[in-house]
Amino acid sequence: MGRALESAEESVVIRGLVRFLDERSGTAPFVKKALRYVFPDHWSFLLGEVALYTFVILVGTGIYLTFFFEPSTASTYYAGHYAPLRGHEMSVAYRSAVDLSFKVRAGLLMRQTHHWAADVFVASIVLHMLRVFFTGAFRKPRDLTYYLGLTMLVFALLEGYLGYSLVDDLLSGMGLAIGYSVLMSVPFVGANLALLVWGAPFPGKAEFWSRMYVAHVFLLPILIATLLALHLFLVAARHHTQFRESRRTTEKKVVGIPTFPGYAPRSLGLFFSVAAVLFLLGGLVQINPIWLWGPYHIAQGTNGAQPDWYLGWLIGALRLVPNLDVTIGDYTLVPNAFWGGALFPLLVFMLLYLVPWLDRRATGEYGFRNLLDRPRDAPWRTALGAALFAWVFVIFLAGASDRVFVSFGISYVAQLWIYRVLVFVLPLAALIVTRRFCLALQESERLGQIRKQAEAEARGELPQTEQL
Amino acid sequence: MRRLLLLALALALPSAASAQPGLGVKAKTGQGLYAEHCLSCHGVDGSGVTSASHPRGVLDVRGLGPPLKDVGALAADFYLTTGYMPLEDPHEQPRHTKSPFDKREIAALVAYVASFGKGPPVPTPHPERGDVSVGLSLFTEHCAGCHQVVAEGGYVTNAVAPPLHEATPVQIAEAVRVGPYLMPRFEKSQISDAQLDSIIAYVQWAKHPDDRGGWSIGRIGPVPEGLVAWLIAAVALVGCCVVIGRRVRQ
Ligand code: HEC
Ligand code: HEC
Repeated sequence: MGRALESAEESVVIRGLVRFLDERSGTAPFVKKALRYVFPDHWSFLLGEVALYTFVILVGTGIYLTFFFEPSTASTYYAGHYAPLRGHEMSVAYRSAVDLSFKVRAGLLMRQTHHWAADVFVASIVLHMLRVFFTGAFRKPRDLTYYLGLTMLVFALLEGYLGYSLVDDLLSGMGLAIGYSVLMSVPFVGANLALLVWGAPFPGKAEFWSRMYVAHVFLLPILIATLLALHLFLVAARHHTQFRESRRTTEKKVVGIPTFPGYAPRSLGLFFSVAAVLFLLGGLVQINPIWLWGPYHIAQGTNGAQPDWYLGWLIGALRLVPNLDVTIGDYTLVPNAFWGGALFPLLVFMLLYLVPWLDRRATGEYGFRNLLDRPRDAPWRTALGAALFAWVFVIFLAGASDRVFVSFGISYVAQLWIYRVLVFVLPLAALIVTRRFCLALQESERLGQIRKQAEAEARGELPQTEQL
Repeated sequence: MRRLLLLALALALPSAASAQPGLGVKAKTGQGLYAEHCLSCHGVDGSGVTSASHPRGVLDVRGLGPPLKDVGALAADFYLTTGYMPLEDPHEQPRHTKSPFDKREIAALVAYVASFGKGPPVPTPHPERGDVSVGLSLFTEHCAGCHQVVAEGGYVTNAVAPPLHEATPVQIAEAVRVGPYLMPRFEKSQISDAQLDSIIAYVQWAKHPDDRGGWSIGRIGPVPEGLVAWLIAAVALVGCCVVIGRRVRQ
């Protein structure tokens, strides 16, 4: 009784809203459709939304930062309150970032929240992608959606790297120096590419800073936002996938909750949760204390400089590849940095882009796939995915080997050799174990069903024919 | 009653600790201590021990221990107060530990080692005359490549450049002039005494920096930050998803 009344009231709200918009824009059919859009109901579908909302926070805090940050390499001297920097020569960019942290109202909160959001943004994209991969959600007709998502990940990595580099503190400078040498290492075209981007040999021309800035605050965010809009449009156009939950869910029919009144409040709740977590971190946990690092001057460095976590796998790869330069006479054709810094990520992303195609080839399924697999239902895909993940993960861990050495005293060289073995062994082990595990799960499920049926028959009930 | 017992125990403990083996009757004289704890590696009168059975000791040190002829009170004081010496295994990097000797014994040993030759005395730095800002520049230029810019330590080829939390001003001044293990030795022409005061002032400051932004997770940058992003933020948000996405059963 109560529920019926409630939903009647709610539909009045919907009707009012739709009428308001329709009278002014003629979009009633679209709005109605959007409000009645059905969301499948499983928590893992929310991971992508976390990424979306993190992006919103990134843009919001980022806009605040642009009001105060000056992207200039012009030289200046610090004369503020912070004693260890007083009298230091530094770029205007760095000084404005320090002032932003110490003087601007809520500046440090915004800067830290922005940085935490960047870390969490990539983390949530990765989680979302794992969900999509292991349930087979990337299959036709959603392969295009998948490609868009993957491209956003590439842009997100680049965007994060630029943000880290713009500040011109000691870690920024070292990160850029590594980026420069990796780009230089690309055979044949590397040197020209690096000169094109930097404008001059490292540390480059002043224009390089405005290039980075334009890319960071304008080009890449707009690109990501555009891809995001397309991504969401495609999701809606082809509808969400769903698990095969009951007989009601089929390839043709979606079961779940409509946008309004069911889903919108949940989604809003999730947005507030994301904002709360990010701002709490931004206010309570220090991230990238640039005032401690000091300004960057060429050829200076600090021990243990690291990129943000999402580029850690590249540092790991740079460390694991044995010293291997390909030379012709005096000419170094392929410097060592190429293998770990350029070839490795290219390979990983190529594999990821090929996933839908490889899956089609392997399974021979060219039709529409609207129902998700549970990971165990596709043992080979799950096992291969686990292997790829294990491979990248080991290399990622190797990126922190120096810290592990300092903190836990495990010999650095020994670690590198262990990782060099694990890089080959662990993916293989993950492959075998995961496949076995999937098959065992399937088997135990089958046995359980048989037992249930037998028990039902023993009790004299009719055999259940519900097929999962 | 129990309290009395505890008190008695507490009083008994220090004497129990000082009654360690090896620090017995002879412990009064530097020579005696040296004979007992150092001679096997550093030889008679600090002549050093090159041994065929240990063709390579620590780094370029051939044998068990280097000669101590002209190292002076400065090096002896540094190696003893940091607990680097007596070393247990000549193939291991010396680490900062609590010295097994008490103050008097260290003074006696230092005096004895200084008597081997004409080495520099224990320095008296004046960090209060130094400037933290100059110190940061100098530290970044000379030391941060190994010790990390906030002196949190780091990895250098096959060794730890230790964090400098425990180093006293005198030890810092000594370390710079000694160059222990694979740390380079800095002459006064490279780092003057006045500059050294600023470096020490900075290292002292870096132990408790004037900090902002909340819980400082190690001050070493992205590795702990990544851990927080995954183990706190990502876990919390996945938790939110699970709670918010809980099915409604109609
Ligand atoms: C197990 C062998 C061993 C023992 C025992 C030992 N040392 Fe050493 N000592 C070494 C080695 C190896 C080095 C070189 C370490 C380095 O370069 O940091 C060294 C270095 C030193 C130095 C610095 C030399 C220099 O060139 O600056 C001093 C001073 C010193 N030891 C004093 C002592 C004293 C005093 C004792 C006794 C309390 C002692 N050592 C016990 C092996 C030993
Ligand atoms: C090449 C790398 C390197 C550089 C550069 C370097 N150090 Fe060191 N430092 C080390 C290593 C390695 C040790 C550990 C020595 C040992 O274990 O015997 C050390 C030890 C020390 C210690 C003793 C710490 C302790 O408590 O055990 C101090 C103090 C110190 N260094 C200060 C400095 C200062 C100040 C500078 C700059 C002027 C500097 N170091 C530059 C590598 C370096």
